[in-house]
Amino acid sequence: MNYSGMKRKEQNTATKKGLFCKNETIRSCIKHYDLLLMVLPGLLLLLVFRYGPIYGLTIAFKDFTMSNGIWGSAWNGLENFKRLFAGNEFGKVFKNTVVISLIKLLFTLPAPIVLALLLNELKALKVKKVVQTCTYIPYFFSWIVLSGIITSVFSVRGPINLLLSLIGIEKPIEFFGNGTMFILMLVITEIWKSCGWNSILYIATISGIDESLYEAAKIDGANRWRQTLSITIPSIIPTIVTVFILNLGGVLNAGFDQIYNLYNPTVYDVSDIIDTYVLRRMEVMDYSLGTAAGLFKSVISLVLVVLSNWFVNSISNNELGLW
Amino acid sequence: MIKSTLGEKIFSFFNTIFLIFVAFVSVYPLLYTLSISLSSAAEAARMGFHLYPREISLSAYKMVFANEELYQAYGNTIARTVLGTAGALIVTSMFAYPMSRSHMPLKRPIMLILIFAMLFDGGIIPLYLLIKNFGLIDNRLVYILPSLISAYNCIILINSFKALPESLMESAKLDGASEMTILFRIIIPLSKPVLATVGLWAAVGHWNTWMDGLLYINSNDKQILQIFLQRIVKQSQLSMESGLTNVDVMSYTSETITSATIMVTILPILLVYPYIQKYFVKGIMLGSVKG
Repeated sequence: MNYSGMKRKEQNTATKKGLFCKNETIRSCIKHYDLLLMVLPGLLLLLVFRYGPIYGLTIAFKDFTMSNGIWGSAWNGLENFKRLFAGNEFGKVFKNTVVISLIKLLFTLPAPIVLALLLNELKALKVKKVVQTCTYIPYFFSWIVLSGIITSVFSVRGPINLLLSLIGIEKPIEFFGNGTMFILMLVITEIWKSCGWNSILYIATISGIDESLYEAAKIDGANRWRQTLSITIPSIIPTIVTVFILNLGGVLNAGFDQIYNLYNPTVYDVSDIIDTYVLRRMEVMDYSLGTAAGLFKSVISLVLVVLSNWFVNSISNNELGLW
Repeated sequence: MIKSTLGEKIFSFFNTIFLIFVAFVSVYPLLYTLSISLSSAAEAARMGFHLYPREISLSAYKMVFANEELYQAYGNTIARTVLGTAGALIVTSMFAYPMSRSHMPLKRPIMLILIFAMLFDGGIIPLYLLIKNFGLIDNRLVYILPSLISAYNCIILINSFKALPESLMESAKLDGASEMTILFRIIIPLSKPVLATVGLWAAVGHWNTWMDGLLYINSNDKQILQIFLQRIVKQSQLSMESGLTNVDVMSYTSETITSATIMVTILPILLVYPYIQKYFVKGIMLGSVKG
């Protein structure tokens, strides 16, 4: 409150002084040069490594060759984008990205909610702590580590196939052998990695619910199930909506790390996503086409993130958005 | 307290069983890997659940540790983690402190630069060309420099520094302390918990990241642990996906070695995990960009 009031006052004086405004900034810069110097290393790194590549994006509109460099290569307008959309390949890659993302979202969104609700019902605190510790662990390993583990656990002679044979499925399943199975594996392994971790947010929200609500419900004769339906779930709906919308904003990130480390040639057809496509263009040194694809993705992602943030803000009175 | 009904008791019982099952499923793949890594190739070839090794054989670990590349990779990963994390904490704190002060000039434009950097990604090819132009290809600096500053961490620190009472800094200023002294003598000691959280995330990130090793590093002696492991995993995937026909001892030797390499890779994280879990959990709550 105070802060915003101060801000308004500052603006008022700034407009009053009008033309001197610029001078004021310069004077303040000279006075607080030490603060500016402290910001400098970080700012430079940011400009070089985050904004430098934005200059490099110009090669999406150029016929880039290594010998001519970014500056020296000739402009060719939208030629690269025409090439990108001409064949079937990018269309397929785009579709794969969206399909994988949405299927993953469909399952990975509810899983941590269910886990948090069940954990909330657990009375034994020691057990709760152990369950939490165990379910968080996979989140701390890279997809390289996880893919090594997954490959051996799900191999044809691995423990999962052994279990399946014990319950009567004799023919071993090749879990990475066909497209449908592969996408199922993406969902399962994603849940394994991040379900526990993602439940933290919901657990925190649930623990913040006013205890008196439950007390009142008990007096009205509501049992635990009724309390969950009428108090707990409505209380976490804002969090659910936020997570959902922010995930939609990242729909073009189908999970490069996961897919790159798990896929193999037999499933390229369904598992080739924008990021793997860009990497492959890079490997064959078709930099302009790869950059065009990357730019296409970055721009759509930016729009989606801004839109989803705007939407979350507008339904939550500016409370839940990222900024 | 109202006594719980029979239905609630039954639910409670099955809920507990189910959650213990979930916990078991989460860690079982790790137990399996540990158990295979400690088995002989013949034992690993036996179809079974391998919850624990029947007899302990260290042959896989002996082979892993006989490989000189492992030591180099381990050294490179430790170096990047330590230097990268320390560097990131210093650069980020130095960036965040002035941005948290009310009289910082040019605060708005710098903040805009920061936020746009978080939202828009130039993509891997332009970054690759940039790093190539700087001559950083096959140079270990590439592990550290690009990740010294992250917009997300900056915003966390800015918000956390803002919450400290401004009077502290003003009185230090009156005593003649420079801004750098205020940062390192007052702000940083007061912000240990948030710095620990940010630092731990940065450290885990350094330990686990691998794209930079894959894209920018050609020499084996400069390679990091994750890429060393990735090569072994890709190889074993090939031998396993060749299916049922190929169940020779060779491929199970490779499975024990893969498992042992995985264990060696995750050991540091497993060792510190129990002690630092609370910091990580705190971290997820710091994510708000607002303020």
